[in-house]
Formats: sequence, structure tokens, C-alpha cells
Amino acid sequence: MQVNRFLKNLKEKIIEGILTLSGTITSIAVILIIIFLFKEGIGVFNQAPMEKELILAVNKDNHVKELTPRQIKDIFDGKIAMWSELGGSKDSIKLFRTEDVSTYFTEEELGANFEHLPQKINEYIAREKNVLAFFNKKYITKGFSGRIIPLKKIGVMDFLLDNEWFPTAQPVAQLGVLPLILGTLWVTLLAILLALPLGLATAIYMAEIASPKIRSILKPTIELLAGIPSVVYGFFGLVVLVPFIQRVFNVPVGETGLAGSIVLAIMALPTIITISEDSLRTAPRQLKEASLALGASHWQTIWRVIVPYSSSGITAAIILGVGRAIGETMAVLMVTGNAAVIPHSYLAPLRTIPATIAAELGEASYGGLHFKALFALGCILFIMTFIINLIFEFIVKPKKH
Amino acid sequence: MAKLETKGVDLYYGDNHALKNISMQIDANTVTALIGPSGCGKSTYLRLFNRMNDLIPSARIEGEILLEDKDIYEKKFPIDILRREVGMVFQKPNPFPKTIYENVAYGLRVNGIKDKKFIDERVETSLKQATLWEEVKDKLRKSAMELSGGQQQRLCIARALAIQPSVVLMDEPTSALDPLSTHKIEELIFLLKDNYTIVIVTHNMQQAARVSNKTAFFYLGELIEYDDTNTIFTKPAKTMTQNYITGRFG
Repeated sequence: MQVNRFLKNLKEKIIEGILTLSGTITSIAVILIIIFLFKEGIGVFNQAPMEKELILAVNKDNHVKELTPRQIKDIFDGKIAMWSELGGSKDSIKLFRTEDVSTYFTEEELGANFEHLPQKINEYIAREKNVLAFFNKKYITKGFSGRIIPLKKIGVMDFLLDNEWFPTAQPVAQLGVLPLILGTLWVTLLAILLALPLGLATAIYMAEIASPKIRSILKPTIELLAGIPSVVYGFFGLVVLVPFIQRVFNVPVGETGLAGSIVLAIMALPTIITISEDSLRTAPRQLKEASLALGASHWQTIWRVIVPYSSSGITAAIILGVGRAIGETMAVLMVTGNAAVIPHSYLAPLRTIPATIAAELGEASYGGLHFKALFALGCILFIMTFIINLIFEFIVKPKKH
Repeated sequence: MAKLETKGVDLYYGDNHALKNISMQIDANTVTALIGPSGCGKSTYLRLFNRMNDLIPSARIEGEILLEDKDIYEKKFPIDILRREVGMVFQKPNPFPKTIYENVAYGLRVNGIKDKKFIDERVETSLKQATLWEEVKDKLRKSAMELSGGQQQRLCIARALAIQPSVVLMDEPTSALDPLSTHKIEELIFLLKDNYTIVIVTHNMQQAARVSNKTAFFYLGELIEYDDTNTIFTKPAKTMTQNYITGRFG
């Protein structure tokens, strides 16, 4: 008897240990992933949005202290033409880039292997008072007479609020994520607006109205939808939906926010339907009977008693549906057209955060600016889903009984 | 004229013959207790009167069930009118997860009443009838789930009374309650009997004896004996009734 008890206790302890360990490992893994994500993502704010080997230089008499990425871009786009606009003298800005070096110097001046280039750049900067030179660090000679001006680091607000996403732009990358955030929210919002009424209606039909036989066919079918790989949905969207939208709305391209929303809505439906249906079916029979016994019709009972009773389950369904929609990558990537501009219409192409990460991570060099910017996007996506969960939590909590 | 009447009613759940040829008359403004061991069909019988058995797809009913001489299972008898006339209180307190006020107002709202003043009045009157008003008048907007079990059951009675039925069916209304709450419900039944026809299913012999005017004893789907409560408990005609009320089986 004594031995038996000992073995039993030992077994109990071992099982407990395994369960605790599993829980711990899972939690640690999740925390590590989040730490990794944020560590890499925050790195983007520690550097200027320019490749490390490149520098900006001006004549030593120029008084401009610092330039922001935005200003550089405007200079290169020709929007800023005068130094005075940047707090300098009233001269026009003269750009110097090594790519068009042959317009400044002859081949003889540079030498056969460009061996005189550093010297020439130095001379050129010393000579031209209004120059803004942009070249590789290795061309700086010992007696460099110009002044190197630092480029401002990327600010959090610039990152969030700038409206241009062009991470491979030269000389400075444009890292404004606003179009991507808005694109993600737009697509998700419409997807939920489409999926929720349809999903809830189907769930109510299955839980309350459908005969057991119909339900036994419908439920597995809908659950099957959840198992279809998202690339297949994307393919369907691309082949069927996109041409359809193009034709019906008579737009130049069918790859639009609308196409993305419809595909996402279809993908979120199984989640919304199965979870809300399960929760509708947990409504106690007694409540239903109480309602019917007071002369309420079936529909009144559903709408006034069963749906409110299941509201927390339905909310969970919405959260998971939103989660699915907001994080969905492949299908959206295939049908939204991926134009990183602030969306003004559902009939225009747009681009979401997950699609951006998936499409660009392959071409971003490991540890580089672009790479870190994509991680920062990942952080933003994480924070967005987190906030949505919190909001729903606060909406539902007070109604719990 | 009897308030409620069944004439040769048979009820089948699939192949199970749950009620066998039951004929019975229930007078207006009386309390009728239905007693018998579990599974004897007394709850099923009770649920005939507000057509609650309709919810069970396999249930099949034969015979006539009359409310004031009108067949309530006829097509032209609207089910919502029937249920407005015949209220019900269930075994377990089952308030809706809403406020106390909304629970009582529910029956009025689903029957299309929108006049706020009228609803306010009905809520107050019904809660007073159910002797709950004093306890809840300051927290009408609180969730009904915060009330105790006994209070919840009285709330369910108030909810049933709000739509002004003439018949109240009670399906073991005190079986989930403590003795004190049970006592309050019994007092309440006593008060209500002047204005309502009450049919109560109970497992509790003393309760049947205390609250009812007439008692019907059911066994295996049959109505064994139906008489004045006094007669049933003092000199029943059938030995089976005698055995049941003295606790020899059941």
C-alpha cells in the first residue's frame, strides 16, 4: 500500500511538472518573439534613412546645420530649390551626384580608373558655394575641404505620419507607414462590415432555424472553408473577383481595396460563423422557453434573448475574425494591387502591412535599414491587433453577468 | 364552464406514450396541484396548456385541450394570444440576463406595447403582486442576476403576471429554493388565487396540501385520481394514491 501511494504521488508530480513546463515554454517563446520583434523594429529609429556608406557634403561656407530625410527628398524632387528654404543663403541648390559624374568632369580629368575622382570631388565642393554633394564615403580625401552634414535620424512621428513608403529610394529612403496603416485598417474594416452581418445571420440560421439535417451538412462545409489555404482564396480573388470588379465598376485595374475586403470577408466568415454559432447554442433552453412562454415570437426570442446572451461569444468571434483579416497576408497581397498610397477609395489599389512585409522582406538586406523598417511595421501591426483586442475587451466586460 | 379542460388527451414522444387518455376540468380562480413520481407526465400535462410541448419536434398530441371552451390547438387560435392568457413559471428561476425592470417589461415589449408610462405602471404593479417591490424598488436598473434565487423566482412570477394572464402554470416553482423562499412563494400563491387560475406541479406533498384546492395524482402517464385536496390527503379513493402520499413509493 505504502509503495503504491509513493508511486502514485510521483506520477502525479511528474505529470504536473510536464504541464507546468509546457506552459512555461509556450509563454517564454511568445515573450521572446515579441522582444525580438520590438528590438529589431525599434532599431529603425536609431539611424538616418540612408545607407551607411553614403554621405552628404556641402561647401564649408554653407551654414545649413542639418537636413531631414523629407528635405533631402524635396531637394531631389525639385520642390526645394533654394538654400534659403533650409535656413541658408539665398543661392539655388546645386546637386552633385557621383552617378552623373561625367557631366561635371571629363574622362581625362578623372583618369582611366577614376583614380582622380576623390580629388575632383574635393575641388568641386570647394569651388561651388551652393553645392549639395551626395557620394560614397570612400571618395573622401585627407584634405577634404567641404563640410559633411548629418542627416537627421528617423523620428517616430515621421515614421508614423509621413505618407510615402519608398524604402529603396535614393539617396534617402522614404519610410512613411501611414498609407500602409490606413490600407490595413480600410481593408479590415470593410471586410468585417461585410462578414459580420452575413456571418451572424448564418450562425443564427444554423443554431436556431435550420433542421438538424441541414445543419449537419452546413456546419462541416463551413468548417471546411476555414481549412482552405489563403493562397487559394487569393487565387480565386485574382482570377474571378478582380476582373469582375474591373468590369462592374469600370475601373482601370481590378486589384483594389474592395477586392481585398471581399476576399478577407470570405476568409473571416468560417471563424465568425462557427464561434458565434457555438455560443448561440449555449443559450440555455430555459431562457428560450421563458421568452416563448411570454408570447414572444421565435425571432423576438432570438433577437432579444439569445443574441444578447451570446454577446461575449459573438464578440470573441469578431475579434478572431478581425485578427484573421488584419494579419492575413497572401490573399491580400494577391488582390489589392499593393500601391503604397493613402487610399481615397475602395476602388483604388492599396497596400496592407502584412503584404508589405511579405513582399519586401526578401529583398531587404539582413540588418539593414529596410529590414528594420519592416520589423517596425510588424510591431505596428502587433500593437494594432493588441489595441483592437483591448477595445473589445472593454466593450464586452461591463456587459458580462 | 371550466377554465381549463382536457378531453381524452394522449401525448406521444415518438413511440413513448407519455400521457394516456386524460380528461380533467380545472375551475377558474382555484389552485390545482399536480402530483406524482418523476416521469409520471405531470409536467408534460402542465405544458399542454401553453403549448410548450410544441418545442419538442417528436411530440404528437391527440384529443382536445380547451381554454374557456375554445380548442387551443386549433389553427385559428393564435399562439401568442394563448401565451398572453396562460403565463408560466419554471422549475429553476430563469430571469433574462437583463435588468430587473427589463425582465418584467419583456412580456409587454414583445407583445408590442411601447407606452412607457403604461409599462412603468405594469412593472410596479406586477412586482408588488409578486411581493418583490419593496426589495427591488431602488435597484430596478440593476441586473436581475444579482438577486437571490428566491427573489429571482418571484421576479419570474412578476414577469409572468405583467402581461395580465388569467392562468398561471407553475412547474415545480420551489424545487430549487431554500425553505424560507419556498414559504414566501407559497404565501404568494395563496394571495394570487383570488384573481388567477393556478396549476402547480410539485414534488412536495406538504406544499400540495398547503396551497391547493384540488389535487390530481398522476402515475405512468395516467390520471389516477383527481379530487379536492382535502379528500386526496385524508381519504383517497385509490390505494395507489394512498401509498404515494404516505411515501410508500415514489
